[in-house]
Amino acid sequence: MTQTTPLLDVRGLRVEFPTRRGTLTAVHDVSFAIAPGEVLGVVGESGAGKSLTGAAIIGLIDPPGRIAAGEIHLAGRRIDNLPDEAMRKLRGREIGAVFQDPLTSLNPLYTIGRQLTETIRTHLPLSESAARARAVELLDEVGIPAAGRRVDHYPHQFSGGMRQRVVIALALAAKPRLIVADEPTTALDVSIQSQIIALLQGLAREHGTAIMLVTHDMGVIAEMADRVAVMYAGRIVEIGPVADVVHRARHPYTVGLMGSIPSIVEDRERLAQIDGAMPRLTAIPSGCAFHPRCPRRLPRCAEARPELSPQGATRAACWNPAAAAPGVTAP
Amino acid sequence: MTAALLDLSDVARYFDVSPPWLTRTLERRPRTILKAVDGVDLALARGETLGLVGESGCGKSTVARLIVGLHAPTRGTIRYQGQVLSGPAAPPGARAQRRLRRGMQMIFQDPYASLNPRWRVRDIVVEPIRAEAPGTGGADLDRRAAALLEQVGLAGADGVKYPHQFSGGQRQRISIARALSTEPQLLVCDEPTSALDVSVQAQVLNLMRDLQRRLGLAYVFISHNLAVVHHIADRVGVMYLGRIVELAPARTLFGVPRHPYTRMLLDAVPDLEMTGKARVAVAGEVPNPLDPPAGCAFHPRCPHANERCRRERPVLRDAGAAAVACHAVEEGRL
Repeated sequence: MTQTTPLLDVRGLRVEFPTRRGTLTAVHDVSFAIAPGEVLGVVGESGAGKSLTGAAIIGLIDPPGRIAAGEIHLAGRRIDNLPDEAMRKLRGREIGAVFQDPLTSLNPLYTIGRQLTETIRTHLPLSESAARARAVELLDEVGIPAAGRRVDHYPHQFSGGMRQRVVIALALAAKPRLIVADEPTTALDVSIQSQIIALLQGLAREHGTAIMLVTHDMGVIAEMADRVAVMYAGRIVEIGPVADVVHRARHPYTVGLMGSIPSIVEDRERLAQIDGAMPRLTAIPSGCAFHPRCPRRLPRCAEARPELSPQGATRAACWNPAAAAPGVTAP
Repeated sequence: MTAALLDLSDVARYFDVSPPWLTRTLERRPRTILKAVDGVDLALARGETLGLVGESGCGKSTVARLIVGLHAPTRGTIRYQGQVLSGPAAPPGARAQRRLRRGMQMIFQDPYASLNPRWRVRDIVVEPIRAEAPGTGGADLDRRAAALLEQVGLAGADGVKYPHQFSGGQRQRISIARALSTEPQLLVCDEPTSALDVSVQAQVLNLMRDLQRRLGLAYVFISHNLAVVHHIADRVGVMYLGRIVELAPARTLFGVPRHPYTRMLLDAVPDLEMTGKARVAVAGEVPNPLDPPAGCAFHPRCPHANERCRRERPVLRDAGAAAVACHAVEEGRL
């Protein structure tokens, strides 16, 4: 897509969890890049490793989980091996994080103004009053009406959608170049969801902020992302421009995933069905992890694991990719 | 509507959410009443699927609970197969109530919370039969449990396992098997696929369709996900702050939405077809249900609101194939 140097460059990322019964690998050899102003959607079902990939980038993997291999570069600087203190400074200053539940991201005992000024002053050399002015400016920017008054309110005085705006304002406090948003709209009603999507889109377009959007909701991805990475059992199985992944997917898992989503514009008698469920980490099948559920499997799929390779407009990891996307109509 | 399987007439449910008596007395505050459902009329035919959609707090789950009797209505009458279930003319006594409600079952959202983790699946599935016919023999129950599990796509031998040995989608199948054990005619499903991944959701939705065709079931299907409702429902009711604002055949509602709120909801749904299109953000949020706006509850967010909308509450009126509660539609302004 964009030819500019990537802002975020992830290479061969591997996240492991040591357990009593051996080491579980939750993220395997994941590589991708995000350009400034670009929105990369990361989709997959529960257990695919999408949230862990996001957590690895912001340096918030809960121990005993750890990054076992690979490198993460932000604007040319390696960040995965930074000491805790340096990473803490970077988080907030360079990388903003937005999580699913806005209530757990805010301290109920402090006014949102105090939380914002604290965050701003941690990262920027501003006086108390300048930081407060900046806080009001941020609240205004994320679309909170009467920001000058609302800045002195507590989190419980805000509705769910307004709280998520406050969380986004917090993430933006130090003007980060990258935002990692993990299911930012999942807890919200559709009308609020659409407002948050428009807000994040505006950030990417107007400020050139790069966004990594982790979600299970393909509708949100289809609308917001420039490119999409589809994850299955800890690996990226397909990655490419959003229209190609949605309408001309090559990996059978992506094809099945798209076909299984009910649509509000199209009448379908039955939804495409992928039988079975995502394998548990303790029992990842040999070869291609998707082969036991795959309608297009070949004998070799159980033996050798396919690597990501160019398949038309996308890159897919499959020995027998779909020719064109059935079940999903092209626009 | 004598042919209706289920009939709700002017059903309302209020909750008293007042502060404690002492606080009220000291601070001279009045009682606070939450009108969760405020005058809902619905009818459901045999074998039909009625979808109920709306945002958080619109009262859709309360309607589900009223139908199955988990809440008693504050006002109004609920009839099932022509017999009064709740309301002024309802037969007294828990036993009579139970007998009337035998034909309906409920499926809940969270398949992790709705199955007892200490019970074997076989016992979970036949529990409603036990409650209804306590004398049923063990061998008979085993046979029924195996048949029910097979009906929902599980193996009969799975009955000896515990719920934790199943994935979320399989647990929801167990919930469905349990609901089917009393051979109901009506399943009330409250967000049955919202906790599931999309591929698993597709499996459950396909199963629900197959069962409906095979057993002639009627569904009341409650969801915040419009695409899911579009897929499964024959008719759809849109709720806003405790009332139905539009009720129409699914094709009509999604094809030509009439009420401004329905239009707003449909515009807000992100869809696969939306790639690259700019989004028109929806203004405002659902108002506080403790202090609903006067007149039409939607008027503060409505681009078509006029003086009458601010003053007078619209009632549900037929407008073509749909029934719509909107002054603008009634006056032909929309």
